[in-house]
Amino acid sequence: MNSPLLSWRPLGAVLVLLLCAGATWAQPAGLKGAPAIFTAECTSCHIGYAPALTGEASWRAIMAGLDKHFGVDASIDDRARQTITAWLLAHASKDSRYAKPSADFRISTSAWFVRQHDEVGSKVWKRASIKSAANCGACHSGAARGDFDEDRVKIPQ
Amino acid sequence: MNVVRWVARAWAICTLIFAAGVTFAQTPAALLAHYKTQAQGQAAGDAARGQAFFTSTHGNEWKCASCHGAVPTGKGEHAMTHKVIEPMAPAFNSQRFSDLAKSEKWFRRNCKDVLARECSAAEKADVLAWLLSLK
Repeated sequence: MNSPLLSWRPLGAVLVLLLCAGATWAQPAGLKGAPAIFTAECTSCHIGYAPALTGEASWRAIMAGLDKHFGVDASIDDRARQTITAWLLAHASKDSRYAKPSADFRISTSAWFVRQHDEVGSKVWKRASIKSAANCGACHSGAARGDFDEDRVKIPQ
Repeated sequence: MNVVRWVARAWAICTLIFAAGVTFAQTPAALLAHYKTQAQGQAAGDAARGQAFFTSTHGNEWKCASCHGAVPTGKGEHAMTHKVIEPMAPAFNSQRFSDLAKSEKWFRRNCKDVLARECSAAEKADVLAWLLSLK
């Protein structure tokens, strides 16, 4: 019973618990199956934001106002808009934690985003290596693939 | 039957003209020629004027160079999201100005951000002439 290995047991239990918690909180953020037109139209100015990062209400509002897209004209032709909107709505989050729209429909101002990033100080956001909450890839190197795993976050200096 | 033949012939000619219009060589030089033609005799395709246009503000906060860099032979960075933007000069990025519809889409949007209006054909020709001069 004095085996040193046994003393690691509680740590193992904690690890398992952490893994479970991580799995629960992991963002359902995949971009799998995105139509080619989504990649062509929605990843030029920013990374492709996975549809499950927000809900139907946000996507509807965003896709209806592309000519004034957070201060930028991002208008596209009707056919592209319809195809992209259909895919976004089909894969939008149905989980109320993620689906609740923020006042300005930004993902980065939604409650879950703010809560998940509450340990990131305002000075950190302003670092030259980060600059913007839209710049997911600065800390989440797999963001463009939809990988936001907390274990792989690396906040640059 | 003459009428049928005439309609068929007219249809064939229209199809040919349309096909030629769609498949016209989509190269930066062809796009420049296209914009010059569209400018209808206006002075167009002046590289120096294109550079001045690209690197100046036009009433709004941003200039073309805000995102594309003052000399777009290298990578630029989106002024808001900071996503990398590949070079604009065709000699440094063969994808640029190889598709008229794509160029039109981006001119339309970005000119609205920079000038609060669409760019004229002459302005597009000036900018493209300058970009083509960057080697």
